[in-house]
Formats: sequence, structure tokens, C-alpha cells
Amino acid sequence: MSRMSNLSRMSRLSGAKPRGALRASSLRDALHAEWTKLRTLPGTIWLVLAIAGLTVAVSAMSVAATTCLDAECGRDPAKVSLTGVYLGQAAVAILAVLAVSGEYSTGMVRVTFAAMPRRLTVFAAKAALVSGLTLLSGAVAVFGSVLIGRLVMPGKGFTVTHGYPPLSLADGPVLRAASGSALYLVLIALLSLGIATLVRESATAIGIVLGLLYLSPVIAQAVSDPHWHRRLERYTPMSAGLAVQATRNLANLPIGPWEGLGVLAAWAGGAVLVGGLALHLRDA
Amino acid sequence: MSTTEITPYRSTVRPGRNGFAQLLRAEWTKLRTVRGWTIGLVIAVLLTVGLGVLVAVGGSIVCGSNPDGSDSKSGAACRQNPPLGPDGEAVSDSFYFVHQPLTGDGSITVRVTSLTGLYSTHGAIQPDAGTAGLTPGTQPWTKAGIIIKQNTTQGSAYAAMAVTGSNGVRMQYNYSHDIAGDSGTATATSPQWLRLTRSGDTVSGYDSRDGVHWTQVGTATLAGLPSTVQVGLFTTSPGYTVTSDSFGGGSSTGGPTLGTGTFDNVALQSSSPAGAWTGSAIGDDSARALSMAQNEQFQQTDGTFTVTGSGDIAPAGGQGPGAQRAAEESLVGVFAGLIAVIVVAAMFITAEYRRGLIRITLAASPRRGRMLAAKTTVIGVVAFVTGLIAAAVALPLGNHMAYNHGTYVLPIPATTELRLIVGTAAMFAVVAVLALAVGTLFRRSTAAVTLVIVAIVLPYILAVAEVLPGGTAQWLTRLTPAAAFAVQQSLVPYPQVTATYTPANGYFPLSPWAGFGVLCAYAAVALGLAFLRLRRRDA
Repeated sequence: MSRMSNLSRMSRLSGAKPRGALRASSLRDALHAEWTKLRTLPGTIWLVLAIAGLTVAVSAMSVAATTCLDAECGRDPAKVSLTGVYLGQAAVAILAVLAVSGEYSTGMVRVTFAAMPRRLTVFAAKAALVSGLTLLSGAVAVFGSVLIGRLVMPGKGFTVTHGYPPLSLADGPVLRAASGSALYLVLIALLSLGIATLVRESATAIGIVLGLLYLSPVIAQAVSDPHWHRRLERYTPMSAGLAVQATRNLANLPIGPWEGLGVLAAWAGGAVLVGGLALHLRDA
Repeated sequence: MSTTEITPYRSTVRPGRNGFAQLLRAEWTKLRTVRGWTIGLVIAVLLTVGLGVLVAVGGSIVCGSNPDGSDSKSGAACRQNPPLGPDGEAVSDSFYFVHQPLTGDGSITVRVTSLTGLYSTHGAIQPDAGTAGLTPGTQPWTKAGIIIKQNTTQGSAYAAMAVTGSNGVRMQYNYSHDIAGDSGTATATSPQWLRLTRSGDTVSGYDSRDGVHWTQVGTATLAGLPSTVQVGLFTTSPGYTVTSDSFGGGSSTGGPTLGTGTFDNVALQSSSPAGAWTGSAIGDDSARALSMAQNEQFQQTDGTFTVTGSGDIAPAGGQGPGAQRAAEESLVGVFAGLIAVIVVAAMFITAEYRRGLIRITLAASPRRGRMLAAKTTVIGVVAFVTGLIAAAVALPLGNHMAYNHGTYVLPIPATTELRLIVGTAAMFAVVAVLALAVGTLFRRSTAAVTLVIVAIVLPYILAVAEVLPGGTAQWLTRLTPAAAFAVQQSLVPYPQVTATYTPANGYFPLSPWAGFGVLCAYAAVALGLAFLRLRRRDA
């Protein structure tokens, strides 16, 4: 153990691997390698900016479009000001899918696995980095959205007299909605990563991810039966996951905020598990 | 030394033709030989049909259960078929009718001296409550007037002249037709005179302020009107609804309403002697706001008639007894089908860049515009056929199964059904072309696929799943490519029916083909940019 870390320290000092030293790639090396790949791709920085930018833009649009004319007008201000997550998640999905399928499309994956044969370590490193970047960008996105809501919504009728104090992260439910939305984006990243690892082809992967996310509200809208409607809202990744944004009228929600995020976590966990398994068992 | 003549080598193979047809064939060969893409197109059909069927049968309708659950019915036993009008559309046809038969030609004239109303703001009223708890006031389309009707069966042909709550005098016939007359209301000091004249199949409507000077409002041709019809006075009043935004979407509250019309100077002219007036409530109780039936009546004193009724004589507009749905709901799977087609169409070009095939393609066919045209044609035609198969199966199959599972599917004319199927197929084609164009612009499948899916599906979700408020929803379905879903709209908005005409309820702001045109405009712009990019940049 100590020898390993000595070696790695040496390698970093000299800037080259000690000749002939064979060692298993550690998670740290994998993280370093994956980080280099990710940060040197020109698309990454744009996607990270897009996650924040698109989310804030759509949130701002939603805030600008929503007015509250009388007391308890039935709107959930936290939800309205976090609407941008609907679009931001698409950028998250691209980031995650490209992190995996980008390697397959260029053949880079064979070099990666030749250098680091422990595939699951590579996978874990990818997941950690993509999640970290998403969390960073998502936090900025969510903070910006809530800030816009706080500044603009009182002017749109969401006033104390109508029963709406200004949005504040010090308020428990609002903090839950905001932090939950950032976590939601991280879980979407993991879901996308798992699916992309499973299908490898980027266009197909992004099609499946976006279909899985966006189809559920469309289908729920068409299902007339209330039981099925409720089931769809409870168990599909987007509808369940976005329940975390609710701050009012919680008793009437099809699923509780954290439970909803839990359902999405189960989807993401399942996707990562299946993706990891496929990675482990299949030829690259 | 003799010089040998060196003839340059000429291939004996005849040069291949270099026409557009060859290019099409080359692109078609590329498309059909990638197994994944063929599978993708098959998946598009399966998803479209599968989801349509799933939504049709997924709902279990339960109705009529007693508190102890003994008399509960489910599925097809619950289906309630609304009356159908002469044109085959679902209609509301319930009102209070004071009538007598009219044989041959003739006319009826009345003076309407008042129209009042009562409405419930809190849903159905108790059976023995009378008019207690009702708020005074007419609805915009509360109607009192005269009517010539084929018979007293719901859905039969009619022509009517009526004073309305706030839409002036109207001549209406056969449910969907509505002609404006005098814009005033009827009061004791300023009454309205109404007249209907029957001559064969033709019924003409007139209004007058003084009973002397008459203005013709309109003429209705009621094909096949029998010799003996029912003629008389009627009053009806449609339900009161208030739509409000609430958590997770809009909701409607309201209740049944009553209208009361007062008539005098009733004059019936016909070849046969006038008979006695009979009062009948038209329409079964469920359609006629059961709780109001107790209040429906008419009184006749010294030539003055007071008629009180509830209901509506108008196109049903998706409101009626039992579970109903619009025909296009069987096409909900189109969203999933489109996603599959978008993936295939974008890869049709991006795969060439990824594999370097684009260089061979352009070496073989250096005119890049023609290459793009060939690709556009091939993917457009293939997507059209895919969409045509998907919609032609999903629409009738889904509606048939929904009907058998207890949901009444609102009937649509054959031309509308054709428009739904062909429009959906055309949408597949144009969306595929859009994806191809965006793929050519970006050269990267992930970005292209995401952009097109987001542009088409996300505005629809935000508008239809009621994430955003109504006004924004209208603009989203006007300006974004999601406007194209108007081509799937089968419901017809009628000004004479008060309803919530929003995308969430199946009514798009643009007409079907105008909405489709918005998508076409996006595709055309993207294709233009793709062409410029393809010509300017190295492959």
C-alpha cells in the first residue's frame, strides 16, 4: 500500500511512469485520466454552461409567464421558478451520454481499457466526474432559478397578502425543492450514463433517455383511468423525480417529495447496475 | 524503329449514369442495409401502435356502483352513447319543449319579453332542494325561443330562433350552425319578436323589434324533413363552469343552470287547425343535469307562456355522459414513434461523418446539394411510410379497443380521420427531415437528436401537461415545432359552446394545416442552413 502510493508520488514527480513498474490502476488514476478526457473535450464546458444557462432561462420564462391574481391562487412558486429543470436535464443527458458513447464512437474505449483494464473502476470514475460536474452546474442553475423567482415573483402577485412569502432557501420546503432539483439532475446524469453504457450508440442512448423522461407526462395526460394516471405519476422517472419540487399541497401529491426522488434514484441505480454489468461482461 | 502508338487506357466498363435517380438509389441502399435503422423504424411503428393500444385498454372504467358495491358495472357496460346529430357528430340535445305537431308548411311567431336564469356554483343540487341555493343570472348561451324540430327524439334535425343570455338573437340549426341576428336582449320594455317559417325542406328565421318590421336572419335547409314536425317554444341553459389554475394543472368547477323564458303573442299559422300545447323535457336525465329536472316546467296563462329548462342544443364538444374521448388520443404513441424516427434520421447523416463515409459519398457525388436532396427525399419518404403505417393501424385499433372498454370515442367525419392519419404521416416525414438537417448542421448525433426531441416534445409537455399557465401554453403551441400537433386535432371549437379551448383539452390555437406549416417552416430553415454549411465547410 505504502509502496503503491510512493510509486504514484514518484510518477507524479518525474512526470513519467517508472519503467517496468506494473501496478493496478487505482480509482485515483482512473479519476485523473477521466478528468483529463472530460475537460479537454471542447463540448464539456459548453454543456456545463448549457445546463445552468438553459435551466435559468426556462425558469425565468416560466416565472415571467405566471401571475397570481388572488389569494392562494393555486400556484406553487418554488415549482414555477424551477421549471427550467425540464430543459436543463436534456443538457445533463447529453453530457452523460457523450462521456460514455463518445469513447465508443471514436474507438478510444479500447485504449482506455488497455490502459486501465479494470472497467468498473473506469466506470465509477466516469460516474463520479459526470455527477460532480452536473452537481456543480445544477447547483448554479437551481440557485439562479430560485434567485430569479425571489426577485421577480413578488411583482407578479406572489405577495405576502396572497399567502406567498418571498422564496428563500432558509425556508425548509424551498430548500428541499432547490437541493432536490440539483440532486434530480445528478440522478438524471447517472440514469443517462447507465443507459449509454448499455446501448453504447450515442444517438440511440439519448433517444431512449429523452423518451423515458419526456413520454411519461404525455402518456399520463392521455390515460383517463385515475389509477393508471396515478401509477404513471408515481413510478415514471421524471414525474416522480420532479415531485421533489413541490412545496405546497403535499397531501394531494401522487407521491411525496423525497419518495419521488427515491423512485428516480431506483431508476438511476438500476440503469447504472445494468450498464456496469454489461460493461463488465461484454467485449468493448 | 517504329513508334508504337500508345493509347491511353480506357475502361471497357460503361460509365455509370450520374443522375438523381442513382443518387436516390445509393441513399436508399445505405438506409435499408443498416440493420439498426430498419429496427429503429419498426420500433417506431410498434411504439406508436403499442402505446395507443395501451392507453386505450389501460383504463378500467367503473360506474354505477351502489355504496355496498353490489351494482357496480365496468368496461363496455358503462359506455353511454351521446345522441348523434344529422351530420353524425355527437351532440347535446336537452331542453324543455312546449310543442304541438305542424303538418305541411306554416310558421310560428312569438314575442319574448324576458329571459332569466339561475345557476349553481357548487355542482349538482339536491333532488328536493328546488331552486334554493341557486344564484340568479343567465349564462352567455342560455336560450329561449322557438324551434321547428323533426321529432322529439334527441339528435333529430331542427331549426331554431332564440334570444340568448348575452349573445343577442341567434338562428341555430342542426347543432353546428349558428347565425347572429339582432344583438339586443329581451325585456318587458324592449321585447324581441321571433318567427320561423317552414316551406318544404327550408326553414327561414326572422327577428323584429316591433312585430311589424321583420329582418331575415338566415335560412336553413333541413334535408329530408318529414311532412309533420314538432313546432313550439323552448328554453335551455348550459352548465356553468369556472376554470381555475391550481396545483399541477387547471381544474373546473361549476354546476347545472336553469333558464326561464317568458313568451306572449304566440301565433301559429298552418293549414291544419292549431292543437293544444304539450310540455316535454327532451333528453334523458343524465344529460339534462338530473338535479335540475325537478325545476323544469311550463305555465300558460292568458296567452303568456313561461318555460323553464336546462341543458343545451349544440355540438357536444367532448362534454357528455360517461367517459368520452377524442379520436386522436389513440395517437399518443406518436411521440414515442417520433423519437425513434428522429434517432434514425439524425444518424442517417451523422453516421457518415463518424465513419468517414461522407468523403466517399461526396467523391462519388460531388454536388453536395444534390446529395442532401437525395438524403432528404429518401428519409422523408421512408418516415412518411412509417408514420402512415403506424397511424393507420393505431387510430382505428386504439379507438375500437377504447370503445369496447367503455369509453365513447367521439365520432369524426371520414375526411377528418384521413387528415389525422395522413397528417401524422406527414409529421413523421417533416420531423425526419428536420432531424436530418440538424444532424447535417451539427455532424454530431447526440446534439442533433436532443435538439429535435426537445424542440418537438418539450413545448407540448409544458403546454399540455399544464406546467405553464394557459396564455403561455397557447404561444408555445403557436410558435414552436409542437404547433404541428394541431394536425391531430379532431375536436372542432364552436363559438356557441362555452368550453375551455386550450391545448390541454385538445384544442390548438392554430388550424391543423397552419400548425403543421410551422413545423415545415422550421424544417425548411434548418435544411437551408444545412445546405449552406455543407457547401461551405470541408467534409
